[in-house]
Amino acid sequence: MMTELSLNVLDVAENSVKAKATLIEISVCSDTVKDLMTIVIKDNGCGMDEEQLKRVCDPFYTTRTTRKVGLGVSFFKLAAESAGGEFEITSEKGVGTTVTATFVISSIDRMPLGDMTSTMHSLITLNTDTDFVYRYRVDEREFVLDTRELREILEGVPFNVPDVSDYIREYLSENKKETDGDIIL
Amino acid sequence: MKSLEELKAIREKMQGQVGLRKEDETTTRVVVGMATCGIASGARPVLNAFVEGVAAKGLNDKVVVTQTGCIGLCQYEPIVEIMEPGKEKVTYIKMTPEKAVEVIDKHLVRGQIVAEYTFK
Repeated sequence: MMTELSLNVLDVAENSVKAKATLIEISVCSDTVKDLMTIVIKDNGCGMDEEQLKRVCDPFYTTRTTRKVGLGVSFFKLAAESAGGEFEITSEKGVGTTVTATFVISSIDRMPLGDMTSTMHSLITLNTDTDFVYRYRVDEREFVLDTRELREILEGVPFNVPDVSDYIREYLSENKKETDGDIIL
Repeated sequence: MKSLEELKAIREKMQGQVGLRKEDETTTRVVVGMATCGIASGARPVLNAFVEGVAAKGLNDKVVVTQTGCIGLCQYEPIVEIMEPGKEKVTYIKMTPEKAVEVIDKHLVRGQIVAEYTFK
């Protein structure tokens, strides 16, 4: 079991990386009036066929060979449903997969969002060939980090060079603070 | 909001440097297990500690910190493997950010394996 939603996001987004996605779009949008948090992870990876999609939420189903269980998606689904939210996963072979999870913000059983900055920083600096679009929104305020823009400016300097890696962490952390005013979600 | 302007200065600074060389046969690899089992056990802070520690010790020229999936020893996560060229792989188990700092200092800097944290 995960302790933060951001860890679920890291885990599920790693599936997109393994599905050879070249672009992964992650959004975390909170609406405090509707009392709803929506997390979407969308990729353009290999996608799943109907049979795989049917069994993707079965914790005893996995396409891996190192172990007999596949808990990542099941954990995320459980986290949403136990917090009064909903979970949906759609996929098309050769097109990509989209995972959408909603959470009732005030639900006592909702896991804290946790350190999304670390999740995005890890994803971007560890998968330097994959592009990410990260959208973080709280009510009317939002910020977006698009690694394609970074790539264009950097002209070949990789994301995992210490200076660039530090910059990405600062960018995520400072803009998050300005977006949510440092409230704990 | 922080802008992307500063990134241009970083690019100018980095472009002339030798530090951008690619991984080769002399590179030491630090591999952190980042599957569900690893993440749930705390692999993300361990990985951060390695990335930051390696940069702080100026080891970026010869050490690469990277991730892998599940290696099948879920009960021992977070697992970190250190692969030095020409040496046998060392597997550290049940890692924490504090242990990571110690491993960087003793193993990566001084070449002494921290036996008490290894998989036996």
